[in-house]
Amino acid sequence: MGLPDDYRLMARIRRFEERLTALKDAGEIPGSIHLCNGQEAIPVGACRALRDGDHVTATYRGHGWAIARGVDLTGLFAEMMGRDSALCGGRAASPYLSDPGRWFVGENSIVGAGVPIATGAALTAQRTGSGAVSVVSIGDGAMNQGNVHEALNLAAVLDLPLVLVVENNVYSEMSRISDMVRVKQLAERAAGYGLPGRVVDGNDPDAVYDAVAEAVDRAREGSGPSIVEAMTERLVGHYSGDAQHYRPAGEITAARQREPLARIRTAADADLTARLDAIDAEVDAEIEAAVTAARAVPHPDPATAREHVYV
Amino acid sequence: MSESLRYIQAVNAALTWALDSRTDTVYFGEDVALPGGPFGATKGLHKRFGSDRIFDTPISETGFLGMALGAAMTGLRPIAEIMYADFSFVAMDQIVNQIATIRYSSAGRWKAPLVIRMQQGYSPGACAQHSHSPEAYFAHTPGLRVALPATPDDAYQMLRTAVVSDDPVVVAEARMLYPTRGPVRTDAPVEPVGGARVVRSGTDVTVVSWSRMVSAALDAATTLAGEGIDAEVVDLRWLNPLDFDTVAASVARTGRLVVAHEANLTGGFGAEIAARAAAECFADLRAPIARVAAPDVPMPAAPALQAVVVPEAATVADAVRRTVRA
Ligand SMILES: Cc1ncc(C[n+]2csc(CCOP(=O)(O)OP(=O)(O)O)c2C)c(N)n1
Ligand SMILES: [Mg+2]
Repeated sequence: MGLPDDYRLMARIRRFEERLTALKDAGEIPGSIHLCNGQEAIPVGACRALRDGDHVTATYRGHGWAIARGVDLTGLFAEMMGRDSALCGGRAASPYLSDPGRWFVGENSIVGAGVPIATGAALTAQRTGSGAVSVVSIGDGAMNQGNVHEALNLAAVLDLPLVLVVENNVYSEMSRISDMVRVKQLAERAAGYGLPGRVVDGNDPDAVYDAVAEAVDRAREGSGPSIVEAMTERLVGHYSGDAQHYRPAGEITAARQREPLARIRTAADADLTARLDAIDAEVDAEIEAAVTAARAVPHPDPATAREHVYV
Repeated sequence: MSESLRYIQAVNAALTWALDSRTDTVYFGEDVALPGGPFGATKGLHKRFGSDRIFDTPISETGFLGMALGAAMTGLRPIAEIMYADFSFVAMDQIVNQIATIRYSSAGRWKAPLVIRMQQGYSPGACAQHSHSPEAYFAHTPGLRVALPATPDDAYQMLRTAVVSDDPVVVAEARMLYPTRGPVRTDAPVEPVGGARVVRSGTDVTVVSWSRMVSAALDAATTLAGEGIDAEVVDLRWLNPLDFDTVAASVARTGRLVVAHEANLTGGFGAEIAARAAAECFADLRAPIARVAAPDVPMPAAPALQAVVVPEAATVADAVRRTVRA
């Protein structure tokens, strides 16, 4: 792994989100979508530290985690188009999709609710001795949810193999995190649970990898949970249709200089630039093929609307 | 083989069976392991099965019900105990938004084989926050199974059914029934989910009930028999899946229906039974359907006030008399 692979995965996520935005604008995506443009280095760096069998739980802003975990692109597009996708048959869409085949416990549309659930995946790993870890991503704002507090303490006292990745993109919807908490860094709260907490540059996949790999090692050897706070910025609105009037002038322009893909591009020499261009072209083709394939997936049969409530 | 056990002992026996016969089960909740449970339901289990299988959690209902879900999704079969049903409200997100929805929302690719065990209802002097009968909230939620055992035998049988079910099951016991004693078929095969039961046959009126109110309905039926009214009593047992066929067949025989529960009247599950009967048993009904329930007030603690709020056998008997003489 390393630069070209990370670049390819981050570009795949970025291109996916951009293509999704276009599909949304074209009326092909029925529900609202929450994009992770600018935050790609976090799932990419974190998932590099994982192996098969490790569970990942994310939020509605979780397309990047799904892709980094290897969930099929056609399935993702089809699911978000409300089609009978192989993922969730159109029942989950953009904010609540999952894929047991890729150990993707899934997104969650309730802020913070994934953390107790991920704690449960960690409990299974511990009780069955599988050696797996459970990684869960939430936003900065979610750190103020009671469910997160309960789960962190629970995971701490049970020494569960859990890694909490807090993607601090400075905003929860339209509110700045600095208006919502009295700590400088959310990772400071780790001390309150008796856990290690680290703050990393969330726009650098290597920095994210290093911190998550350390936390994953700790979890695997039975030493319990950790918190990794990854500092980042959204390049887009909270959701499709967010006018972002609350963001100060110039903030997004500045963020565009710091975001993970631009960073690699800026530092690249001519040789690397040519390789990155080639990767971009391949990713574009891959995404386009997935969109075409997704469009061919039928809509769910209305006669199945009552199926799968019970075994 | 049948043993005479108290209700709470039957719960203990079912949990012993679960931990003994299924290695994928784990039991957790507040004060359940070392202390043996606030009502003794888990007495002796920690000693026998150890901390790997049964452990105490912090006071974090949302945290540990979410943990139950994640564990169930990934291969365990957790049984999580909510000390009082009233405390389930702080974890409603995990129950309603998470546990109940994951199977459907993943088109059946995930399942959530877990049990949420709780006890509910009033007891003398218990305040509004320790007296709720929340079964209608759970029965309203697609994706959950809802069991309300009314006897020691059902406390044993239905809890075992819940444990082996691949769907999430809320098992709501009644604290007031814990000291009651009855025969428990400890060697019976595990029953499938669901099924109401006619627990007293009669010809004049059908009284549908569940949980603690089944014994109130039976007591009422005994009193009414002396007055020449022959009441049939149906123990609904499961609100989900709902065995309405048994109710309809009984109403077809008696032509009259009274539904009795301890939960508050408005939006209680009795309203659902009444609506179904009105729609499906209209031609059989010879009198308006009556509902017996707590009036729409939070539960008062004072015994003098509880006496006029909590429905008992006399309340059921009054409703039956009015229905039969209508
Ligand atoms: C329990 C709950 N409350 C409120 C919301 C509405 N909501 C959706 S996302 C969001 C902001 C969350 O911010 P943060 O945790 O920082 O994550 P981000 O969206 O920035 O990734 C809010 C308030 C919700 N989905 N769930
Ligand atoms: Mg945020």
